Amino acid sequence: AAGMFLRLLSDIQWRAAHPKWRRMTSSQRSTSTSAEPHPVSLPAQAQVVICGGGIMGTSVAYHLSKMGWKDIVLLEQGRLAAGTTRFCAGIVSTARPASIELKMAHYSNKLYQQLEQETGVQTGYMKTGSISLAQTQDRLISLKRIASSLNVMGVPCEIISPKKVLQLHPLINIHDLVGAMYLPEDALVSSANVSLALATAASRNGVQIHERTTVSHVTIQKGRVTGVETDRGRIQCEFFVNCAGQWAYELGHSGEEPVHIPVHACEHFYLLTHPLPQPLSSSLPTVVDPDGRIYIRNWQGGILSGGFEKNPKPLFTEGRNQLEIQNLQEDWDHFGPLLSALLRRMPGLEALQIMQLVNCPESFTPDMRCIMGESPTARGYFVLTGMNSAGLSYGGGAGKYLAEWIVNGYPSENVWPLDLKRFGTLQSSRTFLRHRVMEVMPLMCDLKVPRWDFQTGRQLRTSPLYDRLDAQGARWMEKHGFERVKYFVPPGSDLLDLDHSKTFYKPDWFDIVGSEVKCCKEAVCVIDMSSFTKFEISSTGDEALENLQYLFSNDLDVPVGHVVHTGMLNEKGGYENDCSIARLSKRSFFMISPTDQQVHCWTWLKNHLPDDSNLVLEDVTWKYTALNLIGPRAVDVLSELSYAPMTAEHFPSLFCKEMSVGYANGIRVMSITHTGEPGFVLYIPIEYALHVYNEVMNMGQKYGIRNAGYYALRSLRIEKFFAFWGQDLDAFTTPMECGREFQVKLDKGMEFLGQEVLLEQKQNGVYKRFTMFILEDHDTDMDLWPWWGEPIFRNGRYVGKTTSSAYSYTLERHVCLGFVHHFHEETGEELVVTTDFINQGEYEIDIAGQRFQAKAKLYPFSSLFTQRRRKDEVELSGYQRE
Amino acid sequence: FYLTPPQVNSILKANEYSFKVPEFDGKNVSSVLGFDSNQLPANAPIEDRRSAATCLQTRGMLLGVFDGHAGCACAQAVSERLFYYIAISLLPHETLLEIENAVENGRALLPILQWHKHPNDYFSKEASKLYFNSLRTYWQELIDLNSGETTDVREALINAFKRLDNDISLEAQVGDPNSFLNYLVLRVAFSGSTACVAHVDGVDLHIANTGDSRAVLGVQEEDGSWSAVNLSYDHNAQNEHEVERVKMEHPKSEEKSLVKQDRLLGLLMPFRAFGDVKFKWSIELQKRVVESGPDQLNHNEYTKFIPPNYFTPPYLTAEPEVIHHKLRPQDKFLVLATDGLWETMHRQDVARIVGEYLTGVHHQQPIAVGGYKVTLGQMHGLLTERRARISSVFEDQNAATHLIRHAVGNNEFGTVDHERLSKMLSLPEELARMYRDDITIIVVQFNSHVIGAYQNEE
Repeated sequence: AAGMFLRLLSDIQWRAAHPKWRRMTSSQRSTSTSAEPHPVSLPAQAQVVICGGGIMGTSVAYHLSKMGWKDIVLLEQGRLAAGTTRFCAGIVSTARPASIELKMAHYSNKLYQQLEQETGVQTGYMKTGSISLAQTQDRLISLKRIASSLNVMGVPCEIISPKKVLQLHPLINIHDLVGAMYLPEDALVSSANVSLALATAASRNGVQIHERTTVSHVTIQKGRVTGVETDRGRIQCEFFVNCAGQWAYELGHSGEEPVHIPVHACEHFYLLTHPLPQPLSSSLPTVVDPDGRIYIRNWQGGILSGGFEKNPKPLFTEGRNQLEIQNLQEDWDHFGPLLSALLRRMPGLEALQIMQLVNCPESFTPDMRCIMGESPTARGYFVLTGMNSAGLSYGGGAGKYLAEWIVNGYPSENVWPLDLKRFGTLQSSRTFLRHRVMEVMPLMCDLKVPRWDFQTGRQLRTSPLYDRLDAQGARWMEKHGFERVKYFVPPGSDLLDLDHSKTFYKPDWFDIVGSEVKCCKEAVCVIDMSSFTKFEISSTGDEALENLQYLFSNDLDVPVGHVVHTGMLNEKGGYENDCSIARLSKRSFFMISPTDQQVHCWTWLKNHLPDDSNLVLEDVTWKYTALNLIGPRAVDVLSELSYAPMTAEHFPSLFCKEMSVGYANGIRVMSITHTGEPGFVLYIPIEYALHVYNEVMNMGQKYGIRNAGYYALRSLRIEKFFAFWGQDLDAFTTPMECGREFQVKLDKGMEFLGQEVLLEQKQNGVYKRFTMFILEDHDTDMDLWPWWGEPIFRNGRYVGKTTSSAYSYTLERHVCLGFVHHFHEETGEELVVTTDFINQGEYEIDIAGQRFQAKAKLYPFSSLFTQRRRKDEVELSGYQRE
Repeated sequence: FYLTPPQVNSILKANEYSFKVPEFDGKNVSSVLGFDSNQLPANAPIEDRRSAATCLQTRGMLLGVFDGHAGCACAQAVSERLFYYIAISLLPHETLLEIENAVENGRALLPILQWHKHPNDYFSKEASKLYFNSLRTYWQELIDLNSGETTDVREALINAFKRLDNDISLEAQVGDPNSFLNYLVLRVAFSGSTACVAHVDGVDLHIANTGDSRAVLGVQEEDGSWSAVNLSYDHNAQNEHEVERVKMEHPKSEEKSLVKQDRLLGLLMPFRAFGDVKFKWSIELQKRVVESGPDQLNHNEYTKFIPPNYFTPPYLTAEPEVIHHKLRPQDKFLVLATDGLWETMHRQDVARIVGEYLTGVHHQQPIAVGGYKVTLGQMHGLLTERRARISSVFEDQNAATHLIRHAVGNNEFGTVDHERLSKMLSLPEELARMYRDDITIIVVQFNSHVIGAYQNEE
């Protein structure tokens, strides 16, 4: 049955395109007529082998060839654009909440628009625009947030009234709408033909394309890709790109050394109809009704409508090809609720005749964002897949970023949120993936409010104290599979209410977190921070110190027992990681990094440390439970438990010592808290965790000790202007740009990564500056709360976006952190950002279209530090990411 | 006026009852797994009755539905008394003697039946002594008659039916010094009731039927589909044999007046029934009893009314037709129901709905549009029905309730339409009777494993 659709949607255009295609490529590749399947033999070697002839593979080939790389082979097991790409609904939309996805979609749209002209292949590109409907006020807020983002990006976008919706699309029932977002530049295009056009251009640039060639596995030697084995022989290569779509997981697991790519397919349905009596115009905008979980586009005078149901059907959990993709069944009963939503939205379509229900599997990822980048275990093994049903919108941009990554070593934008290395083997369980994608697919349409968490695949990694904390009212969130406490619900609170606090406004845990913050300020709190990534680096000689000195910007040649906050920078001086390193002995170091650095940091170190058996790198994350004692009375609790003086004279800030706490010996105590508040972090061998926790809680009673969670921690660190890696800091941010010059020792007597750039920035200034904003006319009770990604305006002009925000219980104001740029008023060119530039502006923060006055600050409030000790002891770092 | 789904459910489930045959040692050795029963009134009060009991002195289980007319008194009496008459008829001589001795000497009586009753199924306390005495007279006669032969179930059933009807008639003729009881026995005799009773003992299933209730066996074919086998014949004008029988029993001169407008003497739908002495007694007897009876009876136009062309009574009998069926493993269930169900549903649909309900398998073919012309609206309607069909299955924990939901709520596509269901259930009392009849259903589920084992032994 699917075959009929192929003929209708794609093959007509394929035939139209085919003569040109054949003419251009007949010299080197076969055509779809199978009489002569493989006239051209595979080359013995190539620089790059791309597996997958869908939109991703062809886009990567296109962009690589555009960047001047010629020695590229693209292999496709069937025919080009025959998988998910062929069945794609053909909508190119820039309406994306996250900025990196938004940029990819924006680029894709521009690319597809000129593709027909560039290649001569008809793509059917039609700029129709799109309308995203809101049935509720909350939905409208989320659309307004996207609109704010799009507007500062220069993408035309408008929030419109229901009446205007009716003018744009006469079939829409607007009675249940509160508003909508209109993107006039969104488009429709045949994804299969886009893919063919990209292939045509790539082929013209020298890329060899071989259809009906199946990659059986990739060979990896000494952590590097050496070649691919196919059913038609072996190709030696330097780079391999896995664009196998929903088969990417299996392809990753086919070799001796598995590459974990956490994607899982779900069935996805859409409907095709015959034309209306008065055929729909091909320029009619696409309609997205997220509250109804559906999208509707015009299609050959009729409509194409699909959606993301609440009860998705995961597919291929046990492996590939139990059924051929073309033979997937239509399931009308499953589609029923979406059909109801369609007829509710467009009641006039009742009499429209059905042509077909298409079942087109899509691949989904554990966090609803796509996967790109290099494998942590095999250099030269790149991946681009897991598009969560937005492959066409992302295809162009994603292919470009990956090509840049292969050619330049890193893309031109920060793509950490999409980096394969944000996942580890722990997200690679089929059961986990099956359960998680069943949650992810409905989420495509669900309202995403600040601080939402996934509900499936939980309680995978937990602290030994999990049950104890849970029994005391802990509410949990998850990071890299690890359960972390958000806050503790006091006994007697309305638990039901708290678990359903989905709002863009003041959340109902406000007072709970407030009291935890107060306790941190006035007494002492315990936060379980076991999820942090912990490495030990040691050597027999001085290799550890020498290498770390090169990889880290701060001076690590400090006396034993000292803790150093330092960035792990790349060549461009950007933060690959932000961490605390304790010198345990002359030759060993203990390194603490954010939770989600586990794979990335490990890979970075492995790739940069010499292959030297004297140098040992060990991941000890699982060996220690970390308890953070925050507050002025932490000193008293700890000295009573250890019979050791813990005051500043004996145990200064940024100090590390192994000591006994209660009966337990060998506890690593560090005088850091990641918040700027006084206190200690205890690194406890896990078998002692419960004992030490009990001792701390018992002893702490008289000092008013209580449990606290990450929300309190975040409020504390943000009001102290602490930047966190992954949230505020990324590979495109240098210490100079975020006021961290004091953590860089340019004169430490040896060269380090990124040094040149930092020197240059020190001399010539920076082009963006991390700034703290205090919201002035913002009513915490009544106004929308900031989240992150809100545009910042200086004197009415856009200068950047926020990266994190929190309510400061001390200032009784909202604090936003973000980067300020200086764009030339006419040319838009980026200029140096000076202190004066920051200080002399009038600022506003745009929250869902509403602007709030803000005061900009480059340094934290000194008044917050009145209780502090010497100023130079002030700890100025932290790196949790919420 | 519109009933919400929960309101509809509370109406449908008000009278539902389920019984599971208890397991011993983790095994149910009975050929019956259990039964679901339910009834939905149209008359106020409902004129249908149901009974279920396990015989304690012999093996076997009794289940029956009783459709009353001209009031509920007769159906009520039959539902209370008939199973005792059957049980007694089945008892061996020694047990009858034992029972008689116990009564004679004021000792505790052997329990004869274990009833499985819904709280709404009542027994009239006032008449229990009277009923007991009649029953005792019956077993005393049985003791005297001791034939020495083993009791044949068919015969026992026929005897019990006939004897009870006879007792009802006699009690009304004799009267009772207690004026309440006197009125009661007269109401029982002047009203009527059909009876459809199943006796299950191992693989032996007997159906004794009097009137137009019906017993249908649900059989699962090899391909998994369901078929229905009738285990009773309706005693009404649609049954040629029955019309023939009535004509045979009366002079040829009455041939034309016997059955008019599909009714006996132009008045009565069922051709066999308990009670209904107006069709059994001579005119003289009727007049005497009515005149000497209480005022309420005397002033009742119905009781005073003598059927036209009433020449050679009795015109009516309570003698049942008995069908014996050897249960096979493919016989999965038995549906006993009053005509309220059979008027609205074909037995084939009944078998399918119950079968699919009990097995939890819904043979809904996936829909494929193929080359057909289907509009979005049509497809939407179709899908909504299919969803309703599935959801109605999950709503019901009782097969009888599930059947009633379909009987009342089915639309032209054979699926439950909530709107229709809601309308039918919210009809005012006086209108309800015009749109539907009382419905009483018992669904007996058989134990295929036990039945299979019996078969292998034979």
